[in-house]
Amino acid sequence: MNVLVYLVPIALALGLLGLAAFLWALRSGQFDDLDGAGWRAISDDDLPEDEKP
Amino acid sequence: MTDAQDLSPFVRHPADGVAAMDLVVNGVYCGACIVAIEKGLGRQAGVRGARVNLANKRVTVEWNDGALEPPVILERLEALGYPAFPFTAEAADSAELLEEKRLLRCLGVAAFGAMNVMLLSVSLWAGAENDPNSATRDLFHWLSALVALPCAAYAGMPFFESAARSIRAGALNMDVPISLGVILGLAMSLLQTVSHQRGTYFEGAVMLLMFLLAGRLLDQRMRRRTRDTAINLSAMRSDRAAKLTDGGAVVETPIAAIRPGDLVLARPGERIAVDGVVEDGRSEVDQSLVTGETAPAAVSPGVQVYAGTLNLTGALRIRVRNEAGGAFLDEVNGLLSSAVEQRSSYVRLADRAARLYVPIVHVTALATFLAWLALGAGWQQALMIAITVLIITCPCALGLAVPAVQVVAAGALFRRGLILHSGEALERLAECDSVVFDKTGTLTEPRPVLANAADIAPEDLALAVGLALSSRHPLAKAIVEAAGPQAPIAAEEFPGEGVSAVLDGETVRLGSAAWCGGEREAAAVAARWPDASLIVLALPGRAVVFAVRQALRPDAVSVVADLARERAVEILSGDREAAVRLVARELGVARWEAGLKPAGKIARLQALKDAGRRPLMVGDGLNDAPALAAAYVSISPISAAHVAQAQADALFLGERLQPVADAVRISTKARSLMVQNLWISAVYNLIAVPLAVLGFVTPLIAALAMSGSSVVVTLNALRARDVGKPAR
Repeated sequence: MNVLVYLVPIALALGLLGLAAFLWALRSGQFDDLDGAGWRAISDDDLPEDEKP
Repeated sequence: MTDAQDLSPFVRHPADGVAAMDLVVNGVYCGACIVAIEKGLGRQAGVRGARVNLANKRVTVEWNDGALEPPVILERLEALGYPAFPFTAEAADSAELLEEKRLLRCLGVAAFGAMNVMLLSVSLWAGAENDPNSATRDLFHWLSALVALPCAAYAGMPFFESAARSIRAGALNMDVPISLGVILGLAMSLLQTVSHQRGTYFEGAVMLLMFLLAGRLLDQRMRRRTRDTAINLSAMRSDRAAKLTDGGAVVETPIAAIRPGDLVLARPGERIAVDGVVEDGRSEVDQSLVTGETAPAAVSPGVQVYAGTLNLTGALRIRVRNEAGGAFLDEVNGLLSSAVEQRSSYVRLADRAARLYVPIVHVTALATFLAWLALGAGWQQALMIAITVLIITCPCALGLAVPAVQVVAAGALFRRGLILHSGEALERLAECDSVVFDKTGTLTEPRPVLANAADIAPEDLALAVGLALSSRHPLAKAIVEAAGPQAPIAAEEFPGEGVSAVLDGETVRLGSAAWCGGEREAAAVAARWPDASLIVLALPGRAVVFAVRQALRPDAVSVVADLARERAVEILSGDREAAVRLVARELGVARWEAGLKPAGKIARLQALKDAGRRPLMVGDGLNDAPALAAAYVSISPISAAHVAQAQADALFLGERLQPVADAVRISTKARSLMVQNLWISAVYNLIAVPLAVLGFVTPLIAALAMSGSSVVVTLNALRARDVGKPAR
């Protein structure tokens, strides 16, 4: 049962990490435009002009 | 856009030296549109950046203050192929938006808590609970408490606050048993933990909050979506008036920036944008959007004109009135305020369920406690079982039962061109048992069309189209649209009379019967089309009469027949009797009244309500606004007058009337699903509560029952989607 000593904190830490990521995403406006985000991911505007398809 | 424009009311200043404007952009559908707009605007000198929001079809543009004139941005977007309309955006810190963010945050916290507590609980249920060595069990209970208590304290706040408000107001809403169940459940679990006992409800309490928050968030989202759509639509109507400056220049100014006393120009063929008094000019005005009357009225200096009416023949200079006045408007406003006052507050299905449910739950829990006490159980055991009853009856599925259906049904209606103003409109639509239509602009199309095209020789029509092309008169447009493209014939326009041209040495005229000299022929056509406006084409020796009228919406006959199958349909119109009779005959509606004033419409609706009916009013005019407010539920077309739109519970888009029938059908289905969902919750309680009262419920059973019923209710709600395919 000694394994619990570090497994339980790890589980809780991972959960908190997920919660923190969610709150950060919420604060930085990532839930404001749920439709647009999907399209922005596949746009090539970050590539230099000559590498664009 | 040749005229100067004043967009200053829409410009914000988010930071020093930075100006910003929010625009509604029609026609953004995909990533390519985002890139095109953001890059296209970015190339404009002075623009700091543009950000497209695809979900609500809006763009925010920021530029260096003074570097460019705001209209340039509109022109730039227009050139890119995206017509844009400025609007005043809701402040980012508005109560509604903050509430939605807060619910989302609470949901995140509750989900985190539910996940981690469940992790611990599952291991307890898997065997650790029965471990003779209670140290592990106690450790897990303490860990659960450590996670669950702060999470519940944070995520439960929306419910606790609402419950406190409701108790202070002396009523019990659904949040009271929720808060009581959660708080008592957690307190009891903590007690169990301290006293090294089995059976805690940490996971149940947090999971309950998570499901309920999901329902709450759905509800909030739907309300915001309908509000966003309404804001977008009103922005796209782009209400501007041609304001005359002191120097005599014409500036296109948003209505919001027009002040009483300003002088506004209304050109022929334009809608008049303001309420005011004619100062200069003579014209005929189509007031059908205001009074329902299709025959144009003559106006001259000193006459009151209303926003939304169509200026037909001459240019008018209008002095904007302070408080929009005039006998007609006063009458409408008076009726409207009394109708709004008398509107009985509708009790929503969920609230009705709560009223029934809350006392039962509390009495059952109390009775359980007393019964176990009387049967000799210790007070601690009796209390624990009573709290179990409270937890198991917590209206988890009940909280989802109605909002889930509302969201799915509102989405289905939205795809069919109907925008709901509120979720409860869905419930009231389902309950309507008679349908009252206004005629002008509701059953008929707002634009006039040529009615007797079949009676006219093609060469005459071609000639008339050629002449009509050089006229700005709205009725002339109807003739142009009746035939294919034609070469315009050079003609001279006589305002208020018609156009005239010389062809092969002969004078031909197109215009009013009096001016063209075809009264005898016109009388014959008028007998056939009593509600039509007549235009005469005067040729050497003969006259051809064109009857232009507001035709029925293309699917009006089938939609009215469809509605009439299960509901009483009638027509209440402010138009002349002959015109209404014709439409009623075409539609096969037996019950109709013509020439009604706004008070007459209300009287008829009141009579219906007194007879125990629940009338759905469909209307568009300013004269319909009080009736829309007085009806049990109401729908307006998107072309309706502002006041009417504000009173309607829903708006429909497009030329077809089908959304009205869809609204009734889908909301009927949605309501039956809501009732079904409430019954599912009731049946769940009927099974679970006796078990809880008898003390058989363990935390595992509570968790399974709660999530099981929520999932069933949500899946059932999805059935509101497939009610026939959307009409394309």
